[in-house]
Amino acid sequence: MAFYRAHVLVCKGTGCSASGSSSVFDALGEEIRKRGLDQEVALVETGCHGMCEMGPIVVIYPEGSLYCRVSVDDVPEIVEEHLYKGRLVQRLLYTTPDRKVKVPRYRDIPFYSKQHRIALRNCGYINPDNIEEYIARDGYAALAKALTSMKPEEVLSEVKTSGLRGRGGGGFPTGLKWEFCRKAPGDKKYVICNADEGDPGAFMDRSILEGDPHAVIEGMMLGAYAMGADEGYIYCRAEYPLAIKRLVGAIAQAEEFGLIGDNVMDTDFSFHLHIKEGAGAFVCGEETALMASIEGERGMPRPRPPFPANKGLWGKPSNINNVETWANVPNIIRNGGSWFASIGTEKSKGTKVFALTGKVNNTGLVEVPMGTTIRDIVFDMGGGILKDRKFKAVQIGGPSGGCLTEEHLDLPVDYESLTAAGAIMGSGGLVVMDEDTCMVDVSKFFLEFTQRESCGKCVPCREGTKQMLLILEKITSGKGRMEDLKILEDLAVMVKEMSLCGLGQTAPNPVLTTLRYFRDEYETHIRDKKCLAKACSALISYLIDPDKCKKCGLCAKNCPVKCISGDRNTPYVIDQEKCIKCGTCLEVCPFQAVFKE
Amino acid sequence: MSPKKPEMEERTKQIVAPWKGRHGGTIPVLQEVQKEFGYLPEDALMVISREMKIPPSELFGVATFYAQFHLKPRGRHIIRVCRGTACHVRGSLAILDKIKKVLQIEENGTTEDLRYTLEPVACLGACGLAPVMMVDEETHGRLTPDKVMETLGSYE
Repeated sequence: MAFYRAHVLVCKGTGCSASGSSSVFDALGEEIRKRGLDQEVALVETGCHGMCEMGPIVVIYPEGSLYCRVSVDDVPEIVEEHLYKGRLVQRLLYTTPDRKVKVPRYRDIPFYSKQHRIALRNCGYINPDNIEEYIARDGYAALAKALTSMKPEEVLSEVKTSGLRGRGGGGFPTGLKWEFCRKAPGDKKYVICNADEGDPGAFMDRSILEGDPHAVIEGMMLGAYAMGADEGYIYCRAEYPLAIKRLVGAIAQAEEFGLIGDNVMDTDFSFHLHIKEGAGAFVCGEETALMASIEGERGMPRPRPPFPANKGLWGKPSNINNVETWANVPNIIRNGGSWFASIGTEKSKGTKVFALTGKVNNTGLVEVPMGTTIRDIVFDMGGGILKDRKFKAVQIGGPSGGCLTEEHLDLPVDYESLTAAGAIMGSGGLVVMDEDTCMVDVSKFFLEFTQRESCGKCVPCREGTKQMLLILEKITSGKGRMEDLKILEDLAVMVKEMSLCGLGQTAPNPVLTTLRYFRDEYETHIRDKKCLAKACSALISYLIDPDKCKKCGLCAKNCPVKCISGDRNTPYVIDQEKCIKCGTCLEVCPFQAVFKE
Repeated sequence: MSPKKPEMEERTKQIVAPWKGRHGGTIPVLQEVQKEFGYLPEDALMVISREMKIPPSELFGVATFYAQFHLKPRGRHIIRVCRGTACHVRGSLAILDKIKKVLQIEENGTTEDLRYTLEPVACLGACGLAPVMMVDEETHGRLTPDKVMETLGSYE
């Protein structure tokens, strides 16, 4: 095996790829060859590093230097300075948003230094297309340990000891769920990985699948061994083509290495794994709907019991867990359940990956111990609010979650405390909002989503979310009445209590939490017909400042309804009666004379 | 140009063949047929129904349930504008409106020259780069209404 003095890691996750990392990768290869360094410097493509905002990301080891937003033009300098002369390229280092300090080492960047990576431990570190790199990081060691020295009951008991809970949203104890399936009578059982990550604002599952697919596969195999299953399915969104490609490759390599198939590692344990592409329905994240979809039916949930543990896929006992849950399992078996249980809070063990997005400086993925405060996540790791604006709220848990306010910033994030505050852990989407975000608009946005994705099987969800949305549309267009708030609240409680599955049961959460914490915003929309965040287009007017107007006429020329009048001598004026509030005038005005009020 | 009916039926039969008599084939077959023709032609659906012994009502039920399936021809390039939360708060509606205005199409509409189809999607999972759109298999991030048409122009 060749020995290299330096490794150059280029992120080829979806985020960095979209920012152009493929051409950076090619340029680096070219430049390294040109300089004659290809025998001593290895170029590796990796999965997601998590700090997507700063992509394309290039990390160089052994120093562990991280370069941000690298472009093809930067490549000769990196090779010349760093690889040839051993000097850091200062201008590409990460700079903290507040102190303007350059951070030379990867692990000293605040975004990373406070993280505790278990599920993400290999992401950005190894080449996901190469099984040997996974094995070099103790990959499949847990499987070997389980198959050769542990009984299935012992694997199960380690998972129970670990206190691991479902990371897809529900937070149900994983060990218990496994036990139900293990105890269910039947000689054919299935394990399923839910990779139908549909929550807008969440992409941790995608990054794990793209960056470390074998961790998920190994986790599923450990589960299959513990529960007595011999076949598995990964149900992955078709919107994630790269994740699917990596999984296909990983399964093929594992088969080639004899890690998947009959008599794994010469034991009695056999396992076969299939990938199913989802077809674009949010409700398929619900376990019974997901199984219906694998069976080729419309993805509609059914009442439980019978639970999937007894009657799941094709009527057989089945266990279904989310990507992040599965990725934690090999670590638990390798290091022991009590090791995992020593991290986190009393009832929420281990770590959780959050997708930090919205109006925050460092968007990306962070994995933190349970119990970390929202303030730590948003301000320390996230680097605070974009453009130093004022923090207003954080939306946690996707369309099923809720909006939390400044008073919750010191809330330790775990399953119980979030539920008590009206939000949920959900899959871990964390969307930061500033003073320019209108909370009524946000709750309307989520309801539009859940209403559209409601499968239509049960009445409370199908009709209830529709009626709630109509009320919110009324309010945001300035036609709301105060009594609407009471109706909205009643409907929300009804939908929450009476819906068949998790989609309907949690759909009202964004409305309920915004009504609880931001009621005054609803009232301003209704009483004063004003949207202070200037987000609800029906409640704002576009005006032209006569002092700034240079009478160029561009606005009038571009106005689709011809409602702007004026000429070379008189400043232009918008006819408010005819204006459709499309915002074109504001966009085209070269002198910033058009403004919103 | 869509293929002639006999050819289409023949090709559909080939796609169905490996799934005959096996369970769970409906969605993979529909996905494969759509990949082949760009959408799900009615004639192809009737072939699937006959070959797989699934009533047309059930098959159409499945095909119309999932957002991924289309019963009408689509453009050469599919523009998927992300309407997820992170993109929403970073202004994805303005991106969508701009495309609608310039291409003169509605959501889920196709331009007359069959060059583009516009589809808003729930979330592309590239929230770190919001606002984001995907054109065919490529993801484009950090969009602005000004930048978006320039990006689209490179797709013939």
